Amino acid sequence: MRSIYLLLIGIFFVIVLFKSEVASWFRIYEMFQFKSFHMYSIIGSAVVLGIIAIQFIKKLKLKSFYGATITIDPKEKSYSRYLLGGMLLGLGWDLAGACQGPMFTLLGAGFFSILIVIFSAMLGTYLYGRVKDYLPH
Amino acid sequence: MLSRDQNLPIEKEVVIGLEKLGFTDAGSAYLPEKLYSIKSLLTLKTWLILIAAGLLIGFGTRYAGGCTSGHAISGLSALQLPSLLAVIGFFAGGLIMGSFSISSNFLNLCVQFIYY
Repeated sequence: MRSIYLLLIGIFFVIVLFKSEVASWFRIYEMFQFKSFHMYSIIGSAVVLGIIAIQFIKKLKLKSFYGATITIDPKEKSYSRYLLGGMLLGLGWDLAGACQGPMFTLLGAGFFSILIVIFSAMLGTYLYGRVKDYLPH
Repeated sequence: MLSRDQNLPIEKEVVIGLEKLGFTDAGSAYLPEKLYSIKSLLTLKTWLILIAAGLLIGFGTRYAGGCTSGHAISGLSALQLPSLLAVIGFFAGGLIMGSFSISSNFLNLCVQFIYY
């Protein structure tokens, strides 16, 4: 049953990504040129809804479907890893015009070249594991 | 059924800018044919761009401890400062890649690299 919920949530998320054009290379390009409000309106409304939803989850002490109360642990404090890591992701995001969610959206939409991006992203996570001890965190 | 309409109302200025770079399908396709069509895989340059992009995304995501939806949506919604830093990082990266002027930035160099 849980797998079905997860599957349905995933399917819904990907439909939203595709239909809202967030998975379009052109929309990402446009966003980073600061020429259109489209992407910012989507991210902005998602964050506003997210803040409201999280406040509800906290106030009502909602449980996840594993039965445990949902808690959100604060992330570990650091500057360099978030700024530097974020910057590398930003570079790739603009170049490919897609990040993780949209990658799989595009695969499902039949753009098979995205498989190259998916596999090299997996290789990228592996490379991080190989060099992480030498990086500032 | 859900994907019939591929005409995106991309901002005119952006469409014109991309046309100058040889991207003629802005506004009439979901993805640029120059980068994502199967035919474009016949050139090594396309492979290089897609592989470089993937490596940056995978490496950066693990380094930053989260992806765009993880930090920009879930993290910001939970009012986490580290996520705000990561989002600033995303935009710093995006700006370096596709910076202010349409003629002289890194993404456009990559774009021209594919085209010529």
